[in-house]
Amino acid sequence: MISAIQGAPVLAAEVADKQAGEPFFFWLLAIVSVSAALGMVFMRKAVHSALLLATVMLSLAALYAIQSAPFLAFVQVIVYTGAVLMLFLFVVMLVGVSSTDSLVETIRGQRFWAAVAAIGFVALLGAGLANAALGGTAGLQQANAEGNVVGLARLLFSKYVFAFEVTSALLITAALGAMVLAHRERMGEKPTQKVLSKRRFLSGDHPGPLPGPGTYARHNAVDMPAMLPDGTTSVLSVNPVIAARVDTAERHADLHGSTAEEAVERNVRDVKAVTAEAADADAEGRVAKPGTRAAGGNEGEGEAGS
Amino acid sequence: MSPGHYLALSAILFTIGALGVLVRRNALVVFMCVELMLNATNLAFISFSRMHGNLDGQIIAFFVMVVAAAEVVVGLAIIMTVFRTRRSASVDDVNLLKY
Repeated sequence: MISAIQGAPVLAAEVADKQAGEPFFFWLLAIVSVSAALGMVFMRKAVHSALLLATVMLSLAALYAIQSAPFLAFVQVIVYTGAVLMLFLFVVMLVGVSSTDSLVETIRGQRFWAAVAAIGFVALLGAGLANAALGGTAGLQQANAEGNVVGLARLLFSKYVFAFEVTSALLITAALGAMVLAHRERMGEKPTQKVLSKRRFLSGDHPGPLPGPGTYARHNAVDMPAMLPDGTTSVLSVNPVIAARVDTAERHADLHGSTAEEAVERNVRDVKAVTAEAADADAEGRVAKPGTRAAGGNEGEGEAGS
Repeated sequence: MSPGHYLALSAILFTIGALGVLVRRNALVVFMCVELMLNATNLAFISFSRMHGNLDGQIIAFFVMVVAAAEVVVGLAIIMTVFRTRRSASVDDVNLLKY
């Protein structure tokens, strides 16, 4: 489509504010922004889409700066990439980062017809552009003579002052709307500490907090599973997201032993020796322990030991 | 660079955004595509501003940004409310008004 426009005679018109590096940056940013936009549409995860949208917005900010709109370039970076996109990322995190779109078409032939519509639309716009008598570029040197911000302010507070004031009403309405929508009315009584405690015990699960990572282990990193009294490691003590990374053992081979497995084995041996001594000394005290361990409900197989 | 190039880029980005709105099922991604369309129109406005040599186009782009910010706040609040009640951010699950 671009080549079709390039062929049009209107492009031969003069550009008043020619800049030497402009074509290079234009093509670079155009390629980056279009590929990022396509990636945004076709990425399955919402987080990836959000990050690619940030790429598009930053390249558009650079394009604004090239076209002598420095104020809007900064507003684009601060408001769009800074505020709006962070809001998007917050909501993505709330809704669930790991959720991916299903690829099942709910309306038959939807994608095909969407693609047809998109091609038709771009052809329509391209034809319109190619036929338009765009003329030359006047450039903004005169309008920006006092500086871009001063020029914008002069217009904003004279010609567009009414629209500017109406904007404040819009922003207040949006803020109120967001508060009303996000507000949740409490349906029942607020559960007290007593009620919560009873509920915790009634469920029959482990009532206390889960073992913290690194307890009695070689060191107290968050990815280090806790050692149980019998020397095995507790899977429960490590956050599932961290536990999914199986390189825990490799990254802590620094303390004992030459390899990670050796270190873990030696550790387990040490703990077992200590617990055996304690068992000899106080047999009754040790008997009570397996009961509490069963309540923890874990199989005692840490990924560090594997 | 002539304004035609910028307008062509703007048209392409707008179309990609529209395609995303038509194709995607996740309400958040649909919303991001709407943002992309708004950004594409801003690029066109700024190109026109430079072409005509006055700042009115930039003012309009500025207003578009303000409206887009307000729209994002309310839209994301709606998506959150729907997600809270239906445990889903898919646009397919929100069809109660259809019947």
